[in-house]
Amino acid sequence: MNAPCLTVVRPGLFATIQDLGRFGHQELGMPVAGALDPIALRLANALVGNPPGTAGVEIALLGPALKVEADGVRVAVVGPMALSLEREGESPQALAPHRSHTLARGDVLKLGAITGAAVACLAVAGGFALEPFLGSLSTYVRAGIGPLGGKPLGDGARLPLNRNDAPPDGDVELPEPPDYGGGPVRVVLGPQEDRFTAEAVETFLSATYRVGKDADRMGLRLDGPTLAHTGSADIPSDGLVTGSIQVPGNGQPILLLNDHQTAGGYAKIATVISADLPRVGRLSPGCTLSFRAVTVEEAEVIRRRQEQTIAAWVRAIRPVRPAGGVDLEALYAENLVSGVVDIVNGNGDILNREEMCGRAP
Amino acid sequence: MDVRFTTAGDTAFNVEFGEGIDRPTNARVMALHARLKAAAPPGLVETVPTFRSLQVVYDPAVTSRREVQAAVEAELAHAGDAPAEGALWRLPVCYDAELGPDLAELSASLGLSEERLIDLHGSTEYFVYMLGFMPGFAYMGDLPAELEKPRRSEPRVRVPAGSVATAGRLTTVYPWESPGGWHLIGRCPVPLYDGARPSPVLLAAGDRVRFEAVDRARFDALSAEAATGRFDPDTLRATP
Repeated sequence: MNAPCLTVVRPGLFATIQDLGRFGHQELGMPVAGALDPIALRLANALVGNPPGTAGVEIALLGPALKVEADGVRVAVVGPMALSLEREGESPQALAPHRSHTLARGDVLKLGAITGAAVACLAVAGGFALEPFLGSLSTYVRAGIGPLGGKPLGDGARLPLNRNDAPPDGDVELPEPPDYGGGPVRVVLGPQEDRFTAEAVETFLSATYRVGKDADRMGLRLDGPTLAHTGSADIPSDGLVTGSIQVPGNGQPILLLNDHQTAGGYAKIATVISADLPRVGRLSPGCTLSFRAVTVEEAEVIRRRQEQTIAAWVRAIRPVRPAGGVDLEALYAENLVSGVVDIVNGNGDILNREEMCGRAP
Repeated sequence: MDVRFTTAGDTAFNVEFGEGIDRPTNARVMALHARLKAAAPPGLVETVPTFRSLQVVYDPAVTSRREVQAAVEAELAHAGDAPAEGALWRLPVCYDAELGPDLAELSASLGLSEERLIDLHGSTEYFVYMLGFMPGFAYMGDLPAELEKPRRSEPRVRVPAGSVATAGRLTTVYPWESPGGWHLIGRCPVPLYDGARPSPVLLAAGDRVRFEAVDRARFDALSAEAATGRFDPDTLRATP
C-alpha cells in the first residue's frame, strides 16, 4: 500500500503550502512568504489538533480536489469556502468550513469557490510529511522555493501525510467563523513618512483606496489619490516587512504582503499593524479600504488583545453538535449555490464585492 | 556617531547609520548585525542588514518595541564599526557580446573601449553591501567611477541567471532569471543560488568578490560542470 497521502485530482486555481513564514534568512534576500491569513491557518490547525504553525494549504479563488489515500484523515477549512465530499456509493455531500471532518480512504474532498475573502486555509491532522527548507514549509512561487518544487499544487501532486498514532476523537467545530473586525486598517506611520508632504500624509489617512487588479501574494496596488513626495521617491534600499506601504514615483501606494522582497528602494509612508495583517491578507481586487494611524504602543496593545481573542476562539472549540440544531451543512450548501451564481452572473467579476470586502470602512 | 531609529509597524524598526551607500556606514550596520545575532535578545526574530540601516524584526506577541530597542541600544554602545572580515570569492565571468548584451552600448556611452571596461570591472575588489530583491542577489560595490551609469530607463523583462551587471556604482550577478534594469556585461557560469546546498546562497553581506575573466570555452566547461550539480563552490574561495 502507498504511503498515506492526499492526491490532487483537480488543481484549483492557486493553492500553495504555507506555514507562518520562513523567518531568519532575510539577510540572504530570502522572502518570508507564509500564510496571508495566519488566523485562518492557526484556527484550522486548532480544529485538527495541530500546533498553530503547522503547514497547511492556502487556497485562493477556487480550491483543488483532493483524493484521500489514507485511513481516517481529519481535515478542517477556515475561511468562507464551499466544500463538498464525494464518497463512493453516496451522493455528493456539502461540508461546512470552520469544523473538522474525518475522511475515509477513497473520499474526494472538493474545495470550491471562496466568496468572502481572497484566501482560505486547509489543515490536515498531523501535517504534511514534507522536508522543510530553511526551517519552513512555506512556498515562495516566484523563485520556486518550498515543498513540491516551490509550485502551487498541480494535477496529480501527492501530499504525503504525517500520521497521528492516537485514534481521533469525534469531530469538533468553532461556534462561529472568526470575526476579523471592520473599520479603517490601522497603520503606524513611517519608516519614511518624512519623505512625504504633510498633505500627502493627510490624504493617505483620510482617503478611500481600492485594491487594484494587480494583487497577489507579493502585494496590493492601491487605486486612489496620489501621494506626493517632498523630493525623490527613491531611497537607498532598506528592509521591508509584510504590511509596508511603499509609494513609488507615480504616487500610487503599494501594500506589501507576505511574498514581498526583503528590501526595497521606495519610500514607505506607513506600515499596517500586525493585528490587521490577516484582514489585509484577505483583500481582493475591488475591495475598498482606508487607513487610521496608531502608535506602536497602541498597536502592541491591539495585538495582545487579538492574541487573547484567538486563544478564546481556540478554547471555544467544541464537539460538533448532533443533528437537530441549526443545519449548518444545509446552510453551507445554500452558500455553495449562491457562490456559483455569483461566478456565473458576475461577468468576469469572480466574487461578490460586498461580501468580499466585508464591512465598509 | 548619530543613530536614528525609524519605525516599521509593531514588528520591526530600522537603526539608521547614515543616508548614503559607503563602506564606513555599512561597517556599522554589519557590526550591530553581528552583535545582535550573538546576543539574541528574547523575542528578536532576525536582523536584516541593508546599505545604511539594520532592520530589527521582533515578535510583538512575546516582546515590545521598548524592550527590543533597549537591547539594541545596549549592543550599540559596544558595537563599534569593525565587523569580522567576510570571505573573499573569485568568481569566473565571461565578458562577451552574447552573454553581456550591453557591453558594447555601455562602453560606448562611457567613452571607453570594451577592453578598458572589462579591465576596470575585473581589476576591482568588490564588497557585498547587502542582499535583496531575490534570494542571493548581492549588491556589490564600489564600481570604479569611470563605470558609473544609472540603470537602464527600460528594464528588461527577462535577465538570464548568471548575468553580471552594473548600475550606478554597484555591480551584481543575477542569481535567478528575473526582470532587471542593470547593464549586462557578461555572465558567471557557476550558480550563486543552489537550493541543494546546505547554505543555498553563496555570497553573504560583508563578503568580498573579485571577478576573473574566462574565455567562452572555459565558461562553457564550467557551465556544464555546474549543470551536473557536482560543482563545489568552495573552490571559488580565495585562499588567504
